[in-house]
Amino acid sequence: MAMTEAPSGRANRARSTATVDSGRNLLEVAGLKMHFPLTQGIIFQRQVGAVRAVDGIDFFVEKGETLGLVGESGCGKSTTGRAILQLYKPTAGSVKFDGTELTTLGGEQMRRMRRRMQMIFQDPYASLNPRMTVGNIIGEPLEVHSLAKGRAKTERVQELLKVVGLNPYFTNRYPHEFSGGQRQRIGVARALAVEPDFIVADEPISALDVSIQAQIINLLEELQDRFNLTYLFIAHDLSVVRHISDRVAVMYLGKVVELADRAELYERPLHPYTQALLSAVPIPDPQVEQKRKRIILTGDVPSPVNPPSGCRFHTRCWKAQQICSEVDPEFIEHAPRHWAACHFPGA
Amino acid sequence: MADLLEVNDLHTQFFTRDGVVHAVDGVSFSLAAGETLGLVGESGCGKSVTALSLMRLIPQPPGKITEGSIVFDGQDVLKMDDDDIRGIRGNNVAMIFQDPMTSLNPVLTISRQISEALELHLKMDKGEARKRTIELLELVGIPSAKKRVDDYPHQFSGGMRQRVMIAMALSCNPKLILADEPTTALDVTIQAQILDLLKNLAREFRTAFILITHDLGVVAGMTQRIHVMYAGRIVEKADTGELFANPKMPYTWGLLRSIPRLDERRKEKLIPIEGLPPDLIAPPTGCRFEPRCQYRRDICREKEPELAAVPNAKPDHEARCWGTQNVPGGGWLVATDWRREVGDTSVIEEIRRGDDTAAAGE
Repeated sequence: MAMTEAPSGRANRARSTATVDSGRNLLEVAGLKMHFPLTQGIIFQRQVGAVRAVDGIDFFVEKGETLGLVGESGCGKSTTGRAILQLYKPTAGSVKFDGTELTTLGGEQMRRMRRRMQMIFQDPYASLNPRMTVGNIIGEPLEVHSLAKGRAKTERVQELLKVVGLNPYFTNRYPHEFSGGQRQRIGVARALAVEPDFIVADEPISALDVSIQAQIINLLEELQDRFNLTYLFIAHDLSVVRHISDRVAVMYLGKVVELADRAELYERPLHPYTQALLSAVPIPDPQVEQKRKRIILTGDVPSPVNPPSGCRFHTRCWKAQQICSEVDPEFIEHAPRHWAACHFPGA
Repeated sequence: MADLLEVNDLHTQFFTRDGVVHAVDGVSFSLAAGETLGLVGESGCGKSVTALSLMRLIPQPPGKITEGSIVFDGQDVLKMDDDDIRGIRGNNVAMIFQDPMTSLNPVLTISRQISEALELHLKMDKGEARKRTIELLELVGIPSAKKRVDDYPHQFSGGMRQRVMIAMALSCNPKLILADEPTTALDVTIQAQILDLLKNLAREFRTAFILITHDLGVVAGMTQRIHVMYAGRIVEKADTGELFANPKMPYTWGLLRSIPRLDERRKEKLIPIEGLPPDLIAPPTGCRFEPRCQYRRDICREKEPELAAVPNAKPDHEARCWGTQNVPGGGWLVATDWRREVGDTSVIEEIRRGDDTAAAGE
């Protein structure tokens, strides 16, 4: 069985265009909320509150693009990725994948949908079963979705290993025999096995060494061109996100605060949080470092159990005024394809 | 003026079932009082083991410092008995660890943990120590320090815990602070806070510090000199400006090229360092970077280069690379402009061809 290769560039696959309703968007997320209940009591548990990990976000992902999702730990970016794939049942909101509403799908239908959407995890040490051989790890999705069996499966696994730059004869080895970077390649091969359209990559390089990170980034980019993939790339490293993404969404405390095309976001950030985040990234050049003016935010990220009133960023914002603590700013398109949620956007 | 710290030919090895791991293999460097030094490298290159060796904190067994000397303030740390070394640890040399979640004792209050060192090293009584602890917490920017001094570590956030670690490190006015990846576990905005704090404190108290990190961005703004480590050895030494403006060792080039920079337009492709770091049980006999180096020639596999001065660079700039040394068969990288070659395969071809003709001539 051969890998179905896209002819070239970012042409859409026939299968995808047939059912789509709103043109270029592969994924549309509207009003997505994911709250985790906090309970008290041992036998009779009653809910006393909720961790509002994701609290009403809207965005879309176009076919063939990479949307970068950045933010600090605890801002809800991983939860967003998992809620999109329905690994968590969202509290509210809608997730439309290629025109199909996912939140109301039944188990069997969702299982079939999963063939088209896959995930790459952060920790290559924890996301591979240590008791399974590489062949079984990569072959499992093929069997689950009845795509290949027996000899065909073995051949397909070997082909996948080749695609991600590993020796195809490694099928009988166990994960512990591989380095971190190689394990991440196995994770990528597993995600590719079912020929998905959409991959959520949750911090896929954060656990890797600097010299290995570039290898995986390049691999992900090559695969995107070759198989016409759409990525949601979740990361906290803004330099990497700038490199790999077409558009970037910035999250803070469960909300998307800014969303724009890559160049626009990095050159003309509107939201003060984005500005602070960008200025905090150290640049490997002492001359640049000396001249740069840093915006140093005071304090820590507030708790998502009890987020601040109004704009959630107002407790750390140097621009904050009365209105910021009272009214939650709307997520508005301030420039073409450039959304931000701030009462005083701009420099 | 004599140097504050002089490390000479340090070898630290771990004796494991699979063999002897040469974690630090002949590292020498020195540090003047008040100087800031960056120790950069990937995980497993021996940078943390170097720091632990300086404090004699290598777990023994399986680890052992087998060779070399560490002279701190005129005294050889390796020849001291346990009492003497305890007098230095935390007092003259302090350490900040990577993970503030695990390096504080969860069952003791912050007050208890900081004043312990004050009572022990500075012979303060309980009242004095407590007062000084509160002062220290204020110094590192912990709000309402008076109240929070009796809290336990779990009541602090990650950034706050790292501030507590810094307060603890500063408590006895050390001459040297070893900061081992102090911001790796933190978010970028918190990292900026902590780096800013460290920089200001080091300037204010004229404390020397060694900043150990894998992030070239962090050392760029923080240190005066940088040593790049690879596979247990220092492969390049230079002052910070020089290292970024004029790096010489292909490994350093590789590190600089493989990370995307925030202030740079998108490159078509990143240039990774292919392959993996060598196994430190049986490191390559020649240059340790040779198997991954795209500029290698035969000499690199045959003999390991020494750390030596680089022609047409600043005088204290040293690199461990045959390509930068004017010896017979070496020196082919002296005039190479690493920036020109980013993504330019023709230059690499050119260098390869040079290799072939050299080989054919022999």
